[in-house]
Amino acid sequence: MKKFLTILAMFASLALIAAACGSTLDEAAETATDAAGDAADAVDEAMEDDEAMEDDEAMEDDEAMEDDEAMEDGDAMAEHLGDGSLGTVIVEDGAEVQIRSLNAISGDVAFLGLPNQRGVEQAVVDYGDIKGFSVTSGEGLDDLCSADGGQAAAQQIVADEQIVGIIGTSCSGAATAAAPLISDAGMVMISGSNTSPALTSDQQGNAGPDWRVGYYRTAHNDLFQGAAMAEFVFNELGLTSAAAIHDGDPYTNGLADAFANAFSELGGEVTSVTGVAKEDTDMVPVLTEVAAGSPQALFFPIFQPAGDFVADQAGGVAGLEDTVLLAADGLLNDGFMGLEQSVGIHFSGPDTRFGTNTNQSTGVSAEDFLATYEANNGSAPEAPFWGHSYDATALLLDAIDAASWVDGDGNLNIDRQGVRDHLNSVRGYEGLIGTINCDDFGDCGSQKITIIEHLDAADIPASQANVVFEYAPQ
Amino acid sequence: MTAAVKVKGARRTGVDWFLLFLRVLLIGLIAIGLLAFIAQQIDPNNWFARLTHDGEAASRLSWPQFRGLIVTGLSQGAMYGLIALGYSMVYGVLGFINFAHGEVFMVGAFTGFIMSNKFDEAGWWDGPIFIPVILITILVSTLVATATAVIMERVAYRPLRGSPRLIPLITSIGVSFFIQNAVILLFGPGAKGYPPNPDWLEETIPVVGIEVKKLLVIVVAAISMAGLWYFVERTKTGKAMRAVAEDKEIASLMGIDVNKTIVTTFAVGGAMAGIAGILWGILFKSVIATTGFLPGIKAFTAAVVGGVGNLGGAMAGGVSLGSAEALAPLMLLEPLGVEGPSQLRDAVVFTLLILVLLVKPTGLFGERLSSEDRA
Repeated sequence: MKKFLTILAMFASLALIAAACGSTLDEAAETATDAAGDAADAVDEAMEDDEAMEDDEAMEDDEAMEDDEAMEDGDAMAEHLGDGSLGTVIVEDGAEVQIRSLNAISGDVAFLGLPNQRGVEQAVVDYGDIKGFSVTSGEGLDDLCSADGGQAAAQQIVADEQIVGIIGTSCSGAATAAAPLISDAGMVMISGSNTSPALTSDQQGNAGPDWRVGYYRTAHNDLFQGAAMAEFVFNELGLTSAAAIHDGDPYTNGLADAFANAFSELGGEVTSVTGVAKEDTDMVPVLTEVAAGSPQALFFPIFQPAGDFVADQAGGVAGLEDTVLLAADGLLNDGFMGLEQSVGIHFSGPDTRFGTNTNQSTGVSAEDFLATYEANNGSAPEAPFWGHSYDATALLLDAIDAASWVDGDGNLNIDRQGVRDHLNSVRGYEGLIGTINCDDFGDCGSQKITIIEHLDAADIPASQANVVFEYAPQ
Repeated sequence: MTAAVKVKGARRTGVDWFLLFLRVLLIGLIAIGLLAFIAQQIDPNNWFARLTHDGEAASRLSWPQFRGLIVTGLSQGAMYGLIALGYSMVYGVLGFINFAHGEVFMVGAFTGFIMSNKFDEAGWWDGPIFIPVILITILVSTLVATATAVIMERVAYRPLRGSPRLIPLITSIGVSFFIQNAVILLFGPGAKGYPPNPDWLEETIPVVGIEVKKLLVIVVAAISMAGLWYFVERTKTGKAMRAVAEDKEIASLMGIDVNKTIVTTFAVGGAMAGIAGILWGILFKSVIATTGFLPGIKAFTAAVVGGVGNLGGAMAGGVSLGSAEALAPLMLLEPLGVEGPSQLRDAVVFTLLILVLLVKPTGLFGERLSSEDRA
């Protein structure tokens, strides 16, 4: 008996190797990989079932397998996207389609991640079933807004092969660590609030250092935010010298650099791009360093609490008394804008005047969304990326729909490559955030940036509506 | 045998050489940085500045900017000094580092936050009676911080009296986490803002160019320090404290209540941290449960730099540390071409600590330890 099992195991291993080689050696056709995946599946079954052993010969024969599949699935098979090269997720009859939300839902940055997660949950409810299968986003996962958090959560996600894709992360730093794992597992991730240029491309056709296949985002690329701020400062305010401060985080670093580059391209003088430590409270030294170059404008795309101290202490530093202060979407939240010292600052951020924009997949408008959000959570979202996360979820569910078919046993088959194919081809999609087009590197956002002037710490909605400059890429 | 001794000797020399190299390197870098700074103040377009700034001219600091750095360094340093006093006194009397002392400071800042917001709601914070209101706030913050320190001693440290020194040290780390998390539980993890200061506090005094609030911090710190000095050096209780620090057993034989004296030490240290806490709130207008951690570590560094157990040294250590932190990025690192020098402030502090320990291990003003500790 033992001998028999050993031989059986060896034979099964050989079959696996043969199947694997088949997929790599046979360069001729896309169908080869398809068959290899199926062959591997078949081997699993074969090991359990003695009788199936006879079929092993046939498994190595690509065409025979294809015919089998075609016969089983009939017309439905022909309609789905994808070539099966990344395998399929089989959702059994009665089970749910699994997607996940991965956002910063605890700690200092929870104000950013919680609205994202709620956007995902609401979109899942609004979207309804896919081919009669209900969808679940499970328990919301936490990216902790850090590389460590992103990596840990991604490891947990890729261990569950039923998961098709994730909506997240909230922070670019977390995405840098999570994207490689998600990409290698054949899943997709669509972020509603990552904006670092490194995650997609430089918009000149070159992939960013952290770009991975299967990564998409509906948030803007910070190259556009930096350019918007630079144009506003140079053309609208008519200022010719500027400085920028970051805190070493990929988001702040990327945005400060994008601003500086765009500003010097316009012909302005960048006096310094420097950094603070996140835990610093006394900003006088760094502000003095900036003041030595006498800039007319100071852009500090950082987070709280460091941003609070910069805004508070800038006026007291000799040489910065009349410098115009500019901040970005990292500080565009109630906590910072409620502070007295933030009044008068210009903020760049995504254009959140969604008005009556309607998501074409769910038919829900931004107004409806906000009404439901307030009813469910008792207050309006604290950060602006809820719409981006909602649209990201609808895009993912559309992609699952396009890449799936119900087989003869009533199971839903989702082709992982098909999900990516669908997302790659998204053009002219109408979402809450406006028109969505995905480029070759996963940038799908509407890229519309607005700049507001903050007028009153006691009336934040009025300040958020006080748009002084609009930017849309040509 | 002889070979082994030789190897041992050679190794020791190697370490010595390394330490000497480290001393020369650090002092050399400081000297070059300072010279480069002076050169760049005289002529921003000198060859060294161009070398370290990618071929471009450096920028020059104006006098008001330089003065701003000094003032901010002094006010920050005064707070470090006030916190450092607590570390130093407890170390002097009990011979262990009370790592939870930073949390006493944070509790003071939090009490100030609650008080100031209550006063603000009543419309008193920004009104004409600001001076009495701020005095009450300082008083209450000080009392709460004092109470925290005293309870800490009674609950966590007194039961451990007589045990090896490592045990209260580790306990103090536990107490630190306990207080931090208790505050998170009570007030949440987010930053808590002080109400805006009255306008006159935010203004700059003409001619001298010092912001009023920073002057207030320096003055209050100086008065507290003077009061503490008088208390320790001129009163009977102070004398008892010094006696207990010198030798607990003999002090008790002389009729001094050692327990009471130790409680007094904690109370006085706590009061100083409480004052520092409210000053912190006025200066930075924001407090968070972890506010005490970094200033606590830096104050401890200040205590070591000034000489552990030496009160004047703790204050001087705090001021020199604060000033170094404010000035070094622009006076040493920037002229050397370091990018984003302000990010390295903490590194400056701890490099200073290493340098002092290398050059004068007993601290700038010398340790004052009990006979047992010296032995």
